[in-house]
Amino acid sequence: MPAPARGHFEVLSLNQGNIVEKLSGGDMLIRALQDEGVDVIFGYPGGAVLHIYDALFKQNQIQHVLVRHEQAATHMADGYARATGRPGVVFVTSGPGATNAITGIATAYMDSIPMVVISGQVQSHLIGTDSFQETDMVGISRPVVKHSYLVKRAEDIPETIKKAFYIATSGRPGPVVVDIPKDITNPTDFFDYDYPEKVSLRSYSPATRGHTGQIKKAIKLLSEAERPMIYTGGGVIQGNASEQLTEMTKLLGFPITNTLMGLGAYPGTDPQFLGMLGMHGTFEANNAMHHCDLLLAIGARFDDRITNTVSKFCPYAKIVHVDIDPASVSKIVSADVPIVGPVDVVLDEMTKLLEPEVAKRSDKQKQMLKEWWEQIEGWRRQECLKVDREGVSDETIKPQEGVQAVFKATDGKAYVTSDVGQHQMFAALYYPFDEPRKWINSGGLGTMGFGLPAAMGVQMAFPDEQVVCITGEGSIQMNIQELSTCSQYGLPVKIINLNNQSLGMVKQWQDMQYEGRHSHSYMDSLPDFIALVESYGHVGFRVEKLSELDDTLKEAMSLKNRLVFVDILVDPKEHVYPMLVAPNGSMRDMWLKKGVRT
Amino acid sequence: MRRIISVLMENEAGALSRVIGLFAQRGYNIETLTVAPTEDETLSRLTLTTPAGDHEVEQITKQLNKLIEVVKLVDLTEGEHIEREMMLIKLKATGAQRAEVKRTSDIFRGQIIDVTQNAYTIQLTGTTDKLDAFLRAIPEASVMEVVRSGVSGISRGDKVLSS
Repeated sequence: MPAPARGHFEVLSLNQGNIVEKLSGGDMLIRALQDEGVDVIFGYPGGAVLHIYDALFKQNQIQHVLVRHEQAATHMADGYARATGRPGVVFVTSGPGATNAITGIATAYMDSIPMVVISGQVQSHLIGTDSFQETDMVGISRPVVKHSYLVKRAEDIPETIKKAFYIATSGRPGPVVVDIPKDITNPTDFFDYDYPEKVSLRSYSPATRGHTGQIKKAIKLLSEAERPMIYTGGGVIQGNASEQLTEMTKLLGFPITNTLMGLGAYPGTDPQFLGMLGMHGTFEANNAMHHCDLLLAIGARFDDRITNTVSKFCPYAKIVHVDIDPASVSKIVSADVPIVGPVDVVLDEMTKLLEPEVAKRSDKQKQMLKEWWEQIEGWRRQECLKVDREGVSDETIKPQEGVQAVFKATDGKAYVTSDVGQHQMFAALYYPFDEPRKWINSGGLGTMGFGLPAAMGVQMAFPDEQVVCITGEGSIQMNIQELSTCSQYGLPVKIINLNNQSLGMVKQWQDMQYEGRHSHSYMDSLPDFIALVESYGHVGFRVEKLSELDDTLKEAMSLKNRLVFVDILVDPKEHVYPMLVAPNGSMRDMWLKKGVRT
Repeated sequence: MRRIISVLMENEAGALSRVIGLFAQRGYNIETLTVAPTEDETLSRLTLTTPAGDHEVEQITKQLNKLIEVVKLVDLTEGEHIEREMMLIKLKATGAQRAEVKRTSDIFRGQIIDVTQNAYTIQLTGTTDKLDAFLRAIPEASVMEVVRSGVSGISRGDKVLSS
């Protein structure tokens, strides 16, 4: 055994005839992340992670982005993961660093996003003594992680990191927390470093394919259906099954709808696509859901924002449900044919079996499908997304028009992140996505403050792509400090602020359910956003007239290397429609505009 | 109905809190809970009882199965099974009461495991119903302390729950 080395260099030793490196805990962690292929970490240093940050300093393979608030670090890692499909990685220190990360971890958990959060912990001997910056991170994060580890021995670091990435990215993905006490990363204690090529856990084995018998049952139902409907969610995007979904849907010629989380899984501009469904879904999508006699649900979880009153959901339909997570199947709505497996593999198998079935469709079947489409086209003629300009001046900008103008200025090809509220729904409804992973928003948790940091994470992953954050003056202020991080790393995100000077969605509900009592839903004393972004060294434009909207956005998008903040003053009275009627409504019960319902 | 769910899980710090946390988080009740390592010291066997309908118990077992540390689990009430609970009970036993308590204990096949001039401590094993019946059979005023282990259970026949 060589004498312990001092300082930062590595020591070699012999283990079973092989030369192995001896590294400190901190160095092992960084090396493990390198070996895992991590290229960027979003984080914030502090006492408990100083050894780790010192190890990070000595290498240049992994880039670190210093955020201004730990919540933003988790959203950046989240945005990175949603856009790339690779796990996002976060470093935070103990105590407040860890607690600040919780909102972002919960956001990733609700939307099944792969993420690994490394949190520092106080020294092992101080755990449980209420020491400085101590918090039980494993405990406080437990309900919002897929799994978590407290590392108790430095020699466990490589295997724990391998397991963390394996769990975060396999099956139904999710965030994993690895909590590491400071003494475990001590730079003066050295250990053999050996990164495992793979790990297996006896208690964890996600399904690798669907049950053939169940798939055959589904094929039979799909072949016999008269009014079929395909409803898909975020699982198709996370499961990289967009291609398979598109192929199968085109083969079948069935109508399809995507959830808020699933937009882009099927081309949004294709005629078979009926738009988003649910609370603010289109008239045609919600009606097709209600009237279908066969529902093929793929990677979707029958969220309460979809079903409206569960007992009135799809009253005529047999339900086939494909999902990687057995617990999602028959959780809310009982499935007639459950298929548990990875959606890409299942859809491949289904397409193969469907080809001969489609080829031998009878004239009667073809006629049924034609009639179903005629019914749908009837619903489409309602033009539920037509912007209603009644009663506003010619120069008033409707928020929907703001989104349509962004679509035009970006050729519909941008990565679009959003915050939460009316602008989020407008973005989802008025910016059709033709590709997966381009629409990035917090669907499950509904986290305001998500949009800007998520856009930054996307921009880090794709420096040359157009990344747009559609937000509102409420949400943007929840993580606006990250404008500083954007300056530091030169992130040319385009921020589109649909400014209605109020918390629009809250106000809408107050209009509709509380007789217009706007309890704390207006934004008094808004900052001068242009002056604010300029103080960070960015570019700001304000648009108040409809006639100036297109040109301003065009100019904003043309500034390739600059962060541009476009503050668009929009009609503050606008509501999001359609909107499902609640409580006790079914999916065909909708508000179509103010005071007008089905 | 009352379900007996038996869980084989990694014998690791934090595993138990994940199981308990799941029940709290998703609004399920735990009526009894017992946990100890098995013959394989890397595994713990946890048994809990919970009042749940068919739909709810399906969700409970699916959600438990999702926990990384859970290796296997079974709803024992789905099949034939044996369940046992142990109770230690300290009873006032003075004068004529002493003989009466002893007789009742014998009827329930209890064992008196500690004796003082004023009290008997009785050990009783059986199903939850039997222990409840014993408590009903003795005068309430004589009960000084009751300690119950919670339900343990095992399948009948050759069926086993193993990793």
